[in-house]
Amino acid sequence: MMQQKYVSQIHRCFRCGYCKFPTDYSSFNCPPYQRFRFETYSTGGRLWLIYAWLKGEIEWSEHLAEILYTCTTCRNCAEQCPMKFAPDIIDWIVGARSDMVEKGRIPPRVARFFEAVQGYSNPFKLLRDDRASWANGTKLYSPGDEFLLYIGCLGSYDENGQKMAKSLVSVLKAAEVPFGIMGKDEECCGNEVYMLGEMGLFQNIAERNIQKFKKLGVRKIVTLCPHGYHAMKNNYPKAGGFEVYHYTELLAELTKAKKLKFSSNRIKVTYQDPCFLGRHNNIYDEPRQVLQYIPGIELVEMERNRKDAFCCGGGSGNFVMDLLAGDENSPARIRVREAYATGADILAVACPGCMTMLTDAVKTENLETKLTVHDISQILARSLS
Amino acid sequence: MVTTNAIHESLVKIVGKSYVSASREEKYFYARDGGLMPPHEPDFVVLPRTTEEVQEIVRLANREKIPIVPAGAGLALTGLVIPQKGGIVVDMKRMDRVLEVNEKARYVIVEGGTTQGALKSYLQKHHPHLRHSIPDAPPSATVVANAVIHGQGRLAHQHGFNSDMVSGLEVVLPTGEVCRIGSCSVSSYWFSKGPPLPDLSGLFLGWFGTTGIITKLGLKLYPCKKLRDVMVLLTDKVELVPDILLRLSHTEMVEDTVISAQPLPLRFRGTFWIMTYITGDSDEELEFKRKMVWDAVWDYFQSRDVGFISTSPEGKAPLLSMPSKDTTRFADVAKGGGFQYAGPITPIEKFPAFIRKLEEVAAKYNVFYGSTTRLIGSGHCMMFSFSFSFNRANPDEMARAKRALDECSKFALEEGAVLWKPDVDEQKMIMEKMDPNTLELMRKIKRLLDPNGIMNPGNWEMR
Repeated sequence: MMQQKYVSQIHRCFRCGYCKFPTDYSSFNCPPYQRFRFETYSTGGRLWLIYAWLKGEIEWSEHLAEILYTCTTCRNCAEQCPMKFAPDIIDWIVGARSDMVEKGRIPPRVARFFEAVQGYSNPFKLLRDDRASWANGTKLYSPGDEFLLYIGCLGSYDENGQKMAKSLVSVLKAAEVPFGIMGKDEECCGNEVYMLGEMGLFQNIAERNIQKFKKLGVRKIVTLCPHGYHAMKNNYPKAGGFEVYHYTELLAELTKAKKLKFSSNRIKVTYQDPCFLGRHNNIYDEPRQVLQYIPGIELVEMERNRKDAFCCGGGSGNFVMDLLAGDENSPARIRVREAYATGADILAVACPGCMTMLTDAVKTENLETKLTVHDISQILARSLS
Repeated sequence: MVTTNAIHESLVKIVGKSYVSASREEKYFYARDGGLMPPHEPDFVVLPRTTEEVQEIVRLANREKIPIVPAGAGLALTGLVIPQKGGIVVDMKRMDRVLEVNEKARYVIVEGGTTQGALKSYLQKHHPHLRHSIPDAPPSATVVANAVIHGQGRLAHQHGFNSDMVSGLEVVLPTGEVCRIGSCSVSSYWFSKGPPLPDLSGLFLGWFGTTGIITKLGLKLYPCKKLRDVMVLLTDKVELVPDILLRLSHTEMVEDTVISAQPLPLRFRGTFWIMTYITGDSDEELEFKRKMVWDAVWDYFQSRDVGFISTSPEGKAPLLSMPSKDTTRFADVAKGGGFQYAGPITPIEKFPAFIRKLEEVAAKYNVFYGSTTRLIGSGHCMMFSFSFSFNRANPDEMARAKRALDECSKFALEEGAVLWKPDVDEQKMIMEKMDPNTLELMRKIKRLLDPNGIMNPGNWEMR
């Protein structure tokens, strides 16, 4: 269905270039265009090349596939495009990727991503049995728990993601939230697989996860990662019958209900809106409410924020494949420079993808002694009295 | 002749590997624009960062006699940056800095690839009491390209073409020298593109990159008033439009005047919407200007030939936005991503005849149409757009739109208009009609500046 739609519609892009900008046109907000600067790497360029490929005017090439896969599906283009078809742009890109997947014409790094998820249920090719090695006795979900805490691949395996998972667990425990995790039975959420166009694999993942959730009697899921949140909320079959929350939504409720007590800690914080929380799901206020609830925190905004936030470059599996790396114009490096310019001590994130991308970028930019990347639950955990 | 590989290596040495492409994908994209001109592929696309890099690229091209095409965003839609004879497309958009704003002399200096959007944003943030004449092209249009095609913007009524507002140039000549034009050639100030010196900016503005590559441009800035409003006048009497425009212009109170005509939605058909923009630093100033506009057309209002449309703030917002996204949306009227317009510059008395021609041609070729006309100067002329939207997936519709455009351009030229940003075919039409001595002067200038004919060949090509 998606393929048919993009094939019949994709020629409608006029390549006007609004897609490259934030609302105030102050800079370029399309991560691959900012990184590579050839027009082909803008959304308009990408759509025109896909159309040319469909018409047989250009052949598939590794370069074409790379252009297609450097898109992080951050959704800035859909936000800025003035045309009526704007909401469909991401579907068109995913549809074209899906065509490339079906034809077996994808970049090697994307192929390896799929192989890893297929074989190991994570993109790192790490052992399934090690999925909960971070958990340190965290309770497994059992009937009667209000929430299933879904950790995701980065939270389970990545060093920085694991720190996020541990902090969130400690905060939820402090607030006496009845929850449990799936431990080593948890599987990949499939969001990146979907965005990269492997629809068959995504369907398998979604069905398997739904079966597991049903078997456990899960009614409410809270995710550590906005990517998992997006997949489960918007792309899983509706038959799942469960509610999905991102952890910042839950923390906003807990802080509002005064379930947590804090000590004052004077610190300046700026916040990176994750694309799959912000532009994809319109959640901008809750993470800020949590931060502002903590006494002593001064929240300062980067110039590009909320729907104009600049993507860290990690979407569509790029937190693993990193097709946009290797340059001072890599999105994550630009973003940490912007965060540093605010004078903030801490760059707060709400996504393990942003966490890993921006933490690496802080090191590359030699800002380690000046700017620290912390997840919101880490900031919260440190402020608990 | 050196090999293609050697040229590629030379370009890599100049701008770095990341910013040179000879790949099929870049060649495909830079071979075309959003309009109807046939594509033609470049051999290379390069993205320089500095004037020195541009110099090196031009020297290489001149030495090897390779065509070279400086490109902004390609939004002229008439194929002006389609490399008609291949060669090197120089995408200028990495040279995107705002270099200086002189508040007291009211000008800005930008690099050759700075976008209209970036300049607007920069001024709003750092110099909110100053503005430039923002065209209704998308924000990715570059300041330089817009000046080079004699674009018009939101201050056209008061201050003329955007090229009239240029206050200095830095140009890389086709033989590689860097040349400063205007006051900046003898001073550190960029306040004038010519006077009191001989105005050499005319060697580059309007030449579509056939005489050099502009790497820096000074642009005049104007006061940005605190308040801005739009008054929407409506008439169904096409013959009254020129007089209405002259009356509005006579008030000297109006910042920008745009006339819109379109057949769809049906409520628009047969009517002419005159958007009259006024500004002020206080409600009193704005109210005074509103009254002046009212008074200017009061008798037409009383005879019910002109009406004022009451518009809510929400309704006004898209009209007041700069640039106007609605202009771009016309490209999807035919749900096909195609849009091109012929935009003759013409005396305003031609408005009724041009509207009739637009309707006639649209019916003849069965194409979607619209028109947005902008007053330039104090009624000295207007840009009348014969706009056609088409479906890029429908070759027949594209062919009909092209025939419609060609017929409109020919008509406009016969009526005494001069075609704006003409495509290569229209340039030939203009040159055929041009005074032979003028044409000869252009030929001499071109030959003197570009002895090897490397600069954007195919454009302004005088036999």
